[in-house]
Amino acid sequence: MTLLEVDSIDVHYGDFQALYGVSVSVAAGETLAIIGANGAGKSTLMKALAGLMTPTAGSIAFEGRDVTAMPSFKRVGLGIALTPEGRRIFPSLSVEENLLVGGHTRRKGPWNLASVYEAFPLVADRKDRIGIHLSGGEQQAVAIGRALMSNPSLLLLDEVSLGLAPVVVEQIYAALPAITGAGTTVLVVEQDVNQALKVSDRVQCMLEGRTVLEGAAGTLTRDQIATAYFGI
Amino acid sequence: MEWLNAVLQGILLGGLYALLAAGLSLMFGVMRIVNLAHGVLAVVAAYLGYFLVDKLSVPAFLCIVIVIPVMAGIGYVLQLGLLNPALARGGLAPILVTFGLAVVVTNLLQQFFSADTRSIQTGAIATDSIQINDEIAIGVFPLLTFIVGVVVIAGLQTYLSRSRTGRAMRAASDDKDAAQLMGIDNRRIYAIATAIALGVVGLAGVFLGMRTQFSPTYGDATLIFAFEAVIIGGLGSLWGTLIGGVVLGVAQAVGAQINPAYGILAGNLVFLAILAFRPTGLLQKAVNS
Repeated sequence: MTLLEVDSIDVHYGDFQALYGVSVSVAAGETLAIIGANGAGKSTLMKALAGLMTPTAGSIAFEGRDVTAMPSFKRVGLGIALTPEGRRIFPSLSVEENLLVGGHTRRKGPWNLASVYEAFPLVADRKDRIGIHLSGGEQQAVAIGRALMSNPSLLLLDEVSLGLAPVVVEQIYAALPAITGAGTTVLVVEQDVNQALKVSDRVQCMLEGRTVLEGAAGTLTRDQIATAYFGI
Repeated sequence: MEWLNAVLQGILLGGLYALLAAGLSLMFGVMRIVNLAHGVLAVVAAYLGYFLVDKLSVPAFLCIVIVIPVMAGIGYVLQLGLLNPALARGGLAPILVTFGLAVVVTNLLQQFFSADTRSIQTGAIATDSIQINDEIAIGVFPLLTFIVGVVVIAGLQTYLSRSRTGRAMRAASDDKDAAQLMGIDNRRIYAIATAIALGVVGLAGVFLGMRTQFSPTYGDATLIFAFEAVIIGGLGSLWGTLIGGVVLGVAQAVGAQINPAYGILAGNLVFLAILAFRPTGLLQKAVNS
């Protein structure tokens, strides 16, 4: 079953066009990775999916329902959650309060404080700490936990590994099987190609606002990906 | 002993200032809106109370049950209709909107109630007092005002810390875009915050009208006292606002003890001293994002 169907969307920042007819299709239960270099339009695509930007052309359907112009706060209630670029942890709230705010919509599902703490022991240890006092890796773990608290059917992970030490990235990705195992479909955006290939079923590579390559994670060769990634 | 008396009366007066300032503090804390119509809205509540008590013969303290929801309703509509669109146009727009609102409302009050001073008659409680010793007596009404002020501040603080909506307000205050990603409808959360702020203003305005004489232009002085209480206590901190109100009240009462003409001046001097030497206020918010 198709969970998310993005049909050739254009997205503009004022006069600048960031996406050119990008289409994405995500089946329920699969993990799709969007890869690409800086400025390829990955984060813009995430923003359009989460409702922070409205496409100027094309459409976005979620569970068969058109959500192209739906504001972001309503999409959370439908089951789309984004861990945004830069994590955006609420700085004056404690870790636990950040998680509780994540559960604001009271959507039913497997995730609650206890199950998030179980999946991310790091978060459980820091639950009383104030958001502003977290390290980058802690922030990222809290951001993912916070998104899970809304019990999404589609979880959008934007640049999880950006600016984090490899060992921390490993720890965070270690929680991914628990997330997909609970029935959540995951869409990851990654600059780190190896990481993306390792965690995903399918890969879609973007370059300058267009999709240049897509295929199952196991079938793409290094050369194909390198060519698509850098556009050479 | 008369100095001790002045300090005591000042503390009780501070309860009223804190009550007046709490709404201002809340709106700034949640939305970064500086509400210049705050004072005149308190006067609107006072007139509403006066109208109910004097013209419709509603018992004095019962009018509160009517004024608070009416003011809260005005706050909700005001936020959705005027302030949310203004917020979308940047930081200066809400200030201009509330400034214009203050001018319009002041003149409407002049039109309907004339420039004569009024007050809300409360009967015996206005003069009742508890005798502590020969020289010190505590007025029942100021004491009641102070207790209500403390209870309201404590209640607001608890609401912000513990309730789901209160948490959403703090989240939206920290990062409104990220709050939307959590499923929070900022415009609605803001409307609730302003409704609460104006409900508290309604309560404060009625107490103000019971304590003192007011006229349509009384909002200016009210706004300044509320502002001073918020700044002395520290922006964005409700407990700070209570402390700021008490400091301002004590300064005014002690100043008036020196010379009856110096009361307001003493309050302003303390305010200026805080601005000069501790501009973040007495209770600085723990986190500055």
